[in-house]
Amino acid sequence: MLKNGIYGILILVAAACMGDDTQTYTATPAELDIPPFFESSILPPEIPRDNPLTVEGIALGKALFYDPILSANNTQSCASCHLQSGSFSDPNQFSVGIDGSIGTRNSMPLFNLAWNRRGPFFWDGRAATLEDQIFEPITNPIEMANTWSNAVAALQNSGTYPDLFDAAFGSTTIDSVKVSKAIAQFVRTLISGNSKFDRYLNGVEDLSPAEERGMNIFLDETRGDCFHCHGNPMNPLWTDNRFHNNGLDEFFTDRGLGAVTGDPRDDGLFRTPSLRNLAFTAPYMHDGRFNTLDEVIDHYSNGLVYSETVSPLLKKIAEGGVQLSSEEKADLKAFLLSLSDPSFTTDSEYQPN
Amino acid sequence: MKNHSFKIVVTFLSTVLLFSGCKDNDDTPLAEVSPSFSFTHNWDGVPIQNADYETTTYVNEHGETLTLSKLMYLISDITFTDAQGNSFSAGDYNLIDAREGVNLSFTPDVVIQEGTYNVSFTFGFDDEDNAGDYPDLNTADGGVWIVPMMLGGGYHYMKLEGKYLNTQTVPESQVGFAYHAIRANDNSTSPITLQDTSFTVDLGDVAIGEGTNIEIQMNVAEWFKNPHTWNLYELFSMLMPNFNAQILMSENGAGGVFSRGN
Ligand code: HEC
Ligand code: HEC
Repeated sequence: MLKNGIYGILILVAAACMGDDTQTYTATPAELDIPPFFESSILPPEIPRDNPLTVEGIALGKALFYDPILSANNTQSCASCHLQSGSFSDPNQFSVGIDGSIGTRNSMPLFNLAWNRRGPFFWDGRAATLEDQIFEPITNPIEMANTWSNAVAALQNSGTYPDLFDAAFGSTTIDSVKVSKAIAQFVRTLISGNSKFDRYLNGVEDLSPAEERGMNIFLDETRGDCFHCHGNPMNPLWTDNRFHNNGLDEFFTDRGLGAVTGDPRDDGLFRTPSLRNLAFTAPYMHDGRFNTLDEVIDHYSNGLVYSETVSPLLKKIAEGGVQLSSEEKADLKAFLLSLSDPSFTTDSEYQPN
Repeated sequence: MKNHSFKIVVTFLSTVLLFSGCKDNDDTPLAEVSPSFSFTHNWDGVPIQNADYETTTYVNEHGETLTLSKLMYLISDITFTDAQGNSFSAGDYNLIDAREGVNLSFTPDVVIQEGTYNVSFTFGFDDEDNAGDYPDLNTADGGVWIVPMMLGGGYHYMKLEGKYLNTQTVPESQVGFAYHAIRANDNSTSPITLQDTSFTVDLGDVAIGEGTNIEIQMNVAEWFKNPHTWNLYELFSMLMPNFNAQILMSENGAGGVFSRGN
């Protein structure tokens, strides 16, 4: 009893403290729709305290995500390079900006990013948080090529946005921080947890014999040994969200994490992508160099190249890799594809209103 | 304003309640303490710092020249045993990332009276702990601290990774090694054969008082030394499914990897 009383009061104290930062308005709190297996197996997402999820914030974020108003010439939205049909990635090797400029990186799919709990984001980890990340594309000259003052003015002068910002943040005054917060809220709601493999884990569907053999290759240290970086059935994210050099190049034209940290030990390291939704995210790797999963599997099987920072977890680099047989390759591919979740790419929740 | 004074009143109230709620009424003669632990790492006495990873070369007992790139390990069940044989343990665990400097200090959730205790801990998880499900460990190391079921499940005890110089190839080549310690398993049998390869480290008797901190030192060179001279040419990777390699790791670990610093 006493204990509960104390907790109650502590909650009151906390609430009173939060009231400090002048804003008295609170939008309707929202919860992420977390698949039960995520809930039971891994730690919950960390939502930044200064950007709680709200119904109005998510709705605003979605509107902004799909609205070309954020780009300099009103031609490009986030969704131009992050298409739902592509698991919020795009089919190009390199993304194309508003003026046709071509970047140097493959667009990244967007899902389950709420679980990248401590960040960082991008292939090279240059954004610490999702909110920070969103500051980049809008002003990146080879992407949306806008200025914040221009983007904010366009929103402020539009008929609809001041009201939407008011509903989400309690003020019709728009600024870049609110834009990034709202979009981050929407991006956090992009959750994929309904692949065939998820249903297998939930006991409602069986794997085919090939998928099952492929899983064993994936987990077998003497064959695929993919799990040390891409995770295992106990972890529904299918990435460690860490940085490795997976043996693509002998010399780096793109230093990846090394260019961000300045530490030569990080040269050629990129963030491990999730293996979910590979059916929709071709081409593959940070530079989209592989068009098919067969090419990716061939890379790990016999295309590995040595460089100083190559991960010690990769084996037989001198021979190019572990030399999987063609049956093993086919099984591994079948398993990888069982991690794809078509319900995610068609979910109407995520479509523009 | 209104909000502000309300806050003060509530803070005052809750403070009073908290203190009266938690106060231990019977005055005890001996102070109650919660000793802390710190973890340091060296190669035969030379400290290993972040800057040494991937740069400083070491020579192991067998003669291979190597660099380290990762050192993470799990310890559990720190136990204090008094002269009467009463032991105190919170049964908790700590996952240390030596390179990244994460969890280098740890205070087990245990309160004991001042005095002299034998202090011990478990390297890794014993079978009982290994059977548990821990969302924080499932998430640790990017979610890959878990051991797949086909290798017996549970959790890694240690990941020690780096590269050694293979002088037998022309030209000489750097070869990655992954010295991963887990519970020994042989999945060629049905059901899988498992053997608990965690081990207890006895740090000896320690006088524990207010603010006592106990340093646990790991001499990384010892993993390659005693009693088994480790040959990286033969045992460099694919060690998780290698039952015998896990036994050798466990015996080398128990053979003097850990010692008490201060
Ligand atoms: C011109 C194409 C393009 C546009 C427009 C674009 N992006 Fe991206 N996005 C990319 C590319 C390419 C990457 C990977 C870049 C890198 O890592 O260097 C990326 C990466 C990301 C990531 C990082 C994902 C991760 O896992 O780290 C997020 C989040 C993201 N974009 C969200 C957005 C949002 C929100 C917008 C709109 C404000 C947007 N993008 C607009 C191409 C684009
Ligand atoms: C040492 C860690 C590591 C291991 C082991 C590893 N990967 Fe990767 N994987 C990565 C990294 C890092 C990338 C991104 C590299 C880049 O783009 O430069 C990647 C990229 C991929 C991609 C491309 C995904 C995308 O969206 O572009 C696939 C598919 C993949 N890996 C599958 C596998 C398979 C299958 C195995 C086992 C045969 C495996 N990986 C083993 C680290 C690893």
